[in-house]
Amino acid sequence: MRFDPTLAAVRFGSGLSPIIGPPDNTDAILAEIDDVFAFAIPGYSDADPSISDYQQASMTRTKARGTDQAEATEQAFREVRQAANRVYDQALRSSLARHVGAQIGFKPRLSAFFADHFTVKSRGGPQRHLVTPFVEDAVTPHLNGYFSAMLRAVITHPMMLLYLQQFQSVGPTSTVGKRRNRGINENLARELLELHTLGVDGVYAQADVRELAELLTGLTYNGQRGFFYDERFAEPGAETVLGITYDAADGLDNILHAIDDLAVHPQTARHIAGKIAAAFVADTPDVGLVDAMTAAFVATDGFLPSVYAAMLDHPASWHADLLKIKSPQRFIMSAMRALGVTGDQVDQASGRNTRALFVTPLRVMGQPWERPNGPDGWPEDSTDWISPQGMAGRISWAMTAPRILVQNRLPDPRDFVQTALGSLAGQDVIFAASAAEVRDEGVGVVLASPAFQRS
Amino acid sequence: MDRRKFLTRVAALGCSAAASPLVTPVALAQAPWETRLVVIILRGAMDGLDVFRPIGDPDYARLRPTLRQGTMDLTGFFGMNAALSPLMPLWQAGELGAAHAVSTPYRDKRSHFDGQDILEAGRPGLIGSSNDGWLNRMLQTIPGITGETAFAIGRDQQLIMTGDAPAARWSPEAELTLSPQAERLLALVHEADPMFKNASAQAIEIAQSIVMTAASDAEGAEMMMADPMMAAVNTNKEHVQLAEFAAARLRGDTRIASFSVSGWDTHLNQKGGIQNALRRLSDTILTLRAGLGPVWNNTAVLCLTEFGRTAAENGTKGTDHGTGGAMIYGGGALNGGRVLGDWPGLAEADLYNRRDLMPTRDVRAYPAWVMHDLLGISRRAIESSIFPGLEMGSNPGIVA
Repeated sequence: MRFDPTLAAVRFGSGLSPIIGPPDNTDAILAEIDDVFAFAIPGYSDADPSISDYQQASMTRTKARGTDQAEATEQAFREVRQAANRVYDQALRSSLARHVGAQIGFKPRLSAFFADHFTVKSRGGPQRHLVTPFVEDAVTPHLNGYFSAMLRAVITHPMMLLYLQQFQSVGPTSTVGKRRNRGINENLARELLELHTLGVDGVYAQADVRELAELLTGLTYNGQRGFFYDERFAEPGAETVLGITYDAADGLDNILHAIDDLAVHPQTARHIAGKIAAAFVADTPDVGLVDAMTAAFVATDGFLPSVYAAMLDHPASWHADLLKIKSPQRFIMSAMRALGVTGDQVDQASGRNTRALFVTPLRVMGQPWERPNGPDGWPEDSTDWISPQGMAGRISWAMTAPRILVQNRLPDPRDFVQTALGSLAGQDVIFAASAAEVRDEGVGVVLASPAFQRS
Repeated sequence: MDRRKFLTRVAALGCSAAASPLVTPVALAQAPWETRLVVIILRGAMDGLDVFRPIGDPDYARLRPTLRQGTMDLTGFFGMNAALSPLMPLWQAGELGAAHAVSTPYRDKRSHFDGQDILEAGRPGLIGSSNDGWLNRMLQTIPGITGETAFAIGRDQQLIMTGDAPAARWSPEAELTLSPQAERLLALVHEADPMFKNASAQAIEIAQSIVMTAASDAEGAEMMMADPMMAAVNTNKEHVQLAEFAAARLRGDTRIASFSVSGWDTHLNQKGGIQNALRRLSDTILTLRAGLGPVWNNTAVLCLTEFGRTAAENGTKGTDHGTGGAMIYGGGALNGGRVLGDWPGLAEADLYNRRDLMPTRDVRAYPAWVMHDLLGISRRAIESSIFPGLEMGSNPGIVA
């Protein structure tokens, strides 16, 4: 089978919408990656408060305890924390709004894919609101460029250095290491090989992890300056990773060279191609499809649009069977889109609705916002999403959230089944939508149906 | 309530994904043993020194000038925070105890996030992407467990129960109101898709069984009502409902349960803060005890926290993140009425970094001995896979 507009919207975009038509061809899908996202999200250095603002307010408050400044500094800290919470909530809403309001939704899906591939989690209050800004800085600008550029941006981002504890890693014989008796933290080096590039089955050995960890020493950040390279932490001497020797005398350059080399490694090509195919097409994608995407990656040194094009042009991407289960986030976003909710409505949802319609339901469905279990991110396999509790969360949302979202103007379920599913609507769903006693249940049954939950 | 509407408060419970729960019948499972193990995670770092107070230590009064009021003497050397007075009868019956001066292997950074991860992972440190928990690894060593043998309860993701072994999960937020018509229509649209069919059927089945348990388990309800110790417990609170749910499951096929009691991060005005948290904890334990009835005699409850707090009060009548702390334990299967552990002393030179209570034992040793003596899990399995890097050491005699 070849291109189909409904499949294109559902499989590669945010789903069907009563107000935005599906794409006409694969070029339209590819073209979206050059669009600038609506719903601006601040980057790390523009986010207010910064990590150091937050920490300073917290320290000032702690120091003032027991003095006549206690109340004022407590109040000041509370305001900083509330400001951080507002950034967090708004970033969540804007991220969802980008899917709901997108022309197609391919670009926001790619953004979510790479944000997950390079999972960063907050390690506490001062950075809780800065995960989405990390994505905005390090992932979004490179979706239509080279994988190596994205990898450089991710690995040198303060939030990644914090999350995988690179900023605490000290070369044992570096200036600081000798003075303070501190050592290497292998966390980022290991994940860089295992998760970000070669994959767990890659050719690397423990010695490569260790040498790469020594090579990465010096990558650090501070609250004011953000990322910088500090040679006082850097382990002197040459390091050999996957048989290539990098001279420490080059400072940051040798680290970037190693990142570039890893980014274009053939195993990286296969790992990234396979993961993209698994995210969009099938949990276990067709081997020919992954081969074609890998070849495109290798031939272009990891120019990502060529990898996407190889996927969209391959017949194995257009099978009629709906093999993927939408993640809870995808389910919620595509449901809002099907209901005709606009990106602006999502972006401007109240704090109360943010919690009631997004934060809490995502937790119940098993995908709490920005809180996957570990640096390997969310599971991709369908079986990981469909548990009894997850199903209850989905059904419950399908039955109750639409009325709130459309302010009591629920569509007629007999129309909604067509809007939401188009040619994917089977006789069973069409019948169920018409047989419902009340609109809420008719709309809910459509949204809870496998035809809608799959892609 | 509208009679035609069958209001199902779906207590939807889920099975951990990797466990392929879709083919496992949830009810009617045969449990592999009779003993119950409940692990309560005290999130936020409980101040062990303020719960089981070393009143006989010569440095205690100096370190805790304002946090000493309201102590009930237990052993002459240790006293208990009076906020736990509802549990005093349990202490006297040997059903409540503590292990003091304990900690996980986590040191120095004192981050809640990392501390809880290490506590729940049960590993010596944070290791890359290994994200399974020690209760799950324990389940992996036991043949014949089913989806309902182990239950993680509550809204928080519990790393402690996460992993390859099947474990059910239930969140009080997972509710579902389904009319009979909606239920029929859902069944219709899910009919052709086995994955959806099984998952939603299980959700509905379990929900109804929980509703039915609540309605027909007169024995359980009576047991709770009749217990004079429940008189002061406010059963409308969420933590009490969690404990009730846990007790109901544990009366059935469930053998392992975990949940959290939060609110221990008492940097400021600790007296009131810790009173509230201890009240929640004592309500929880009393509810478990009352709800379990005779099963309480076969039950072990372990309350673990990520680390202790500073030995000295800070400038705001609170305490900051520390190292050594206490584990509270209860249940008829354990040997209570005492405070276990080697006391390191509170003199400045005896403290960890001249600041925190010095841990004299890896806290993992206590759940390790409970698993060993109560569940018959081998020392080898415990030291190699459940708690890697732990040396169990001598038997502390925690199991009765």
